[in-house]
Amino acid sequence: MTSAPAKAGWRFRQPSVIPGFGLTLGFSLAYLTLIILIPLSGLVWRSASLGWTDFWAIATDRRTVKALEISFGTAFIAAAVNVVFGTIVAWVLVRYRFPGRRVIDAMVDLPFALPTAVAGIALTTLYSPKGWMGSLLAPLGIKVAYTPLGIVIALIFIGLPFVVRTVQPIIEEIDKEVEEAAATLGANRFQTIFLVLFPGLAPAVITGFALAFARGVGEYGSVIFIAGNLPYISEIAPLLIVIRLEEYDYAAATAIATIMLALSFLMLLVINLIQSRTRKRYG
Amino acid sequence: MEVRVSNVRKEFDRFPALRDVSLDIRSGELIALLGPSGSGKTTLLRLIAGLERPTRGTIFFGDEDASNRTIQERNVGFVFQHYALFRHMTVADNIGFGLKVRPSAKRPTKAEIRRRASELLDLVQLSGLEKRYPAQLSGGQRQRVALARAMAIEPRVLLLDEPFGALDAQVRRELRRWLREIHDATGHTTIFVTHDQEEALELADRVVVMSQGRIEQIGTADEVYDTPNSPFVYGFIGESSSLPVKVEDGQVWISDRPIGLAAPDLPDGEATLYFRPHDIELLDECNGCIAGTVAASRRVAGTRRVELEIGGGRERVEIELPVGHPAAQKSRVAFRPKRWKVFPKMAE
Amino acid sequence: MADPELYPADAHHEHASLAVTERPLARAGLMFVAFAFLAVFLLLPLVVVFEQAFSRGIGAFVEAINEHDTIAAIKLTLLVAVISVPLNLVFGVAAAWAIAKFEFKGKAFLTTLIDLPFSVSPVISGLVYVLLFGASSLLGPWLKMHGIVILFAVPGIVLATVFVTFPFVARELIPLMQEQGTGDEEAALSLGANGWQTFWHVTLPNIKWGLLYGVLLCNARAMGEFGAVSVVSGHIRGMTNTMPLHVEILYNEYNAVGAFAVASVLAGLALVTLVLKTLLELRYGAEIAATRGH
Repeated sequence: MTSAPAKAGWRFRQPSVIPGFGLTLGFSLAYLTLIILIPLSGLVWRSASLGWTDFWAIATDRRTVKALEISFGTAFIAAAVNVVFGTIVAWVLVRYRFPGRRVIDAMVDLPFALPTAVAGIALTTLYSPKGWMGSLLAPLGIKVAYTPLGIVIALIFIGLPFVVRTVQPIIEEIDKEVEEAAATLGANRFQTIFLVLFPGLAPAVITGFALAFARGVGEYGSVIFIAGNLPYISEIAPLLIVIRLEEYDYAAATAIATIMLALSFLMLLVINLIQSRTRKRYG
Repeated sequence: MEVRVSNVRKEFDRFPALRDVSLDIRSGELIALLGPSGSGKTTLLRLIAGLERPTRGTIFFGDEDASNRTIQERNVGFVFQHYALFRHMTVADNIGFGLKVRPSAKRPTKAEIRRRASELLDLVQLSGLEKRYPAQLSGGQRQRVALARAMAIEPRVLLLDEPFGALDAQVRRELRRWLREIHDATGHTTIFVTHDQEEALELADRVVVMSQGRIEQIGTADEVYDTPNSPFVYGFIGESSSLPVKVEDGQVWISDRPIGLAAPDLPDGEATLYFRPHDIELLDECNGCIAGTVAASRRVAGTRRVELEIGGGRERVEIELPVGHPAAQKSRVAFRPKRWKVFPKMAE
Repeated sequence: MADPELYPADAHHEHASLAVTERPLARAGLMFVAFAFLAVFLLLPLVVVFEQAFSRGIGAFVEAINEHDTIAAIKLTLLVAVISVPLNLVFGVAAAWAIAKFEFKGKAFLTTLIDLPFSVSPVISGLVYVLLFGASSLLGPWLKMHGIVILFAVPGIVLATVFVTFPFVARELIPLMQEQGTGDEEAALSLGANGWQTFWHVTLPNIKWGLLYGVLLCNARAMGEFGAVSVVSGHIRGMTNTMPLHVEILYNEYNAVGAFAVASVLAGLALVTLVLKTLLELRYGAEIAATRGH
């Protein structure tokens, strides 16, 4: 049961004395198929059965396009902000020693652990015109809550750990000899950081950006409270899916979901390509 | 460029890595810092480079006190143990890095940098590899690029930390000869750290033997090998045998017998006799000699090592005999070291 | 590799080298930027949760928690976690066993598939079940005929939660077990242990901390999931409302104290998770897979 017939030249698995291959792989595949693959292929199948004209009509609907623009746009900005500050946070956590470092390090994972709805209402309260941050920003004419800026704030919160946790181990791995080499060759600290260290961090930073971006595009719970959800202005794509579902417009919900999935996968593909290329070159 | 290390002490968290070290290096010399791990040799090299600051003492480059110069200002070429090449830069960019980061007034043009890089690549026999990345090079090639990169800044001193440590034995021997040739051709004052005595003795003009943060002996290969000045150097460099002895009336004694070695300058008391196992003469009859029972005999390459029990088996000592020497068949051997040294027992 | 004896001196170089740090002013600047950013984006939201929850005093807080629908939401959340976490635990162990202990074709692809739910929007994770079991689906009429209710009921919520928390345990165990290799298991088998004995007495002790780590993260997400559950739940108060959904309802009813009271319970849970996670990393860092933080 556990071993495939051994044909010459090709075999499904390498022989092994360890038992349980058939049982564990069989169970894993069955579970994966039931929970993930069948439901997801249901989505694709539904979307395919829509027909091209219907699909195109939904995809080019102004509200859909706007929602996708807002989702991808705000996620991009938030991920970019996180790349800058996340890298600084990672640098400070790895390189500097100060009291409370472990606590702050642990805190970085808060967005992973805190339910998104909780983050959503907390951020909304914080940035509403009467909130601690909102009341500081209001005199400057900056409105955060119930605007696209609010979405960016929520997505910064959600995406931060992705950047920090991908960049941090790479900073830890930096060979100090490399920095010393740059210094002995006459480079000042600024030149060492920008010419020597950052190019080495780039692949990790890109990965962190991609993860934060992908998460931001799909994020729902933390955004809907702070966004204000005005169609064409601050309505994100996942929310539009929910709205269409509540209108029993399954076709539209399916189409938007399919577009989101396709765009996300395309982006991850590109990122993977960039990464494998840099890895091949720099070893 | 002469380098003078004057009474330098370096502590890490109160732990002394170097204790009062002084060393004069002549311009154009090739110097090896040799010692076991923890002897402070790498620390000394890093102090000279400016990668660390001494706790006490001064380092001079020529007549100039370099202690307060930053690493960038010192203009030293440093080759790191694991090369520390910049892996996202091509070989040419690696070599040109030191020129590229100079302030604009002193920076050569791009074309000039490129020309210098390929010149240096010729020197290290890697012509044509400009466009490669470090990951595409072998260990030995990386080593050469690292050296070319260090030489590109026209350093006042060239410092190498275990330059061959990460290479396999064959490549190691080749690069050793090649480094000597480069040194002779360019005339840089060069200091390298090694734990491999063969490397140090073969390559260096002078060897600095270090132990526990101190310099034990400075001298040419012949000097440190033939006349070690401390038990440590005897034990660390080359093969050595030792025996506990006594000094009395200017003679060296083992238990109650003098062994025919005069030590007129030594105080009476417990001492240790050191000699090279091969540097002995066999004696037929023993009046004033070391005699022992053969306990074991091993063939080692071109010679035979004979282990002798001296004084009823309490002490064992090794001597080396030519293969096929009749003495190896005997059960009792008498000998006397030709070159030897007796060190009084340290008061501990 | 190089002779390990070459390195002891490096221990001293850890902190001392002059070449590898910034000037004090630059350090202070960077630290200020990092701390300010973390304070504004992480600390303040957390503080606001508790500040709002207790803004009318502890009595109002207790009253908000003690409310009938809130208690129902807490019970439902626990029930969902109690079902979905063990399911993914069993799957994670089985998948890690198959992937880490054997070499077979398509392994890399399988590993990628397991991570799939992480790259799907939670809303879509819920949507796929609506499409599968909804009235307009192929299965819909059949389910209705047989009186099986999945959507807008507990089974739907459990399914959506299982979907979003699917990879947590597996992705923690796979790298860990790959690193540990098969030597221990082969030794146990050669000594006469059978497959189950080998797993219980050899493999499980080796992976227990990594397993606990994965379960911890899986549980945190299971209790806190909002988007996916929101789509399939139907938001029936006291029936199909989990705690995060209940937070939303209370908040939308302008019951800030109630919303933040429930939110503070969830935030407390998140803090406990972070503390346990940090303790596990500190104590058993080497025995937990390298893929921390997701």
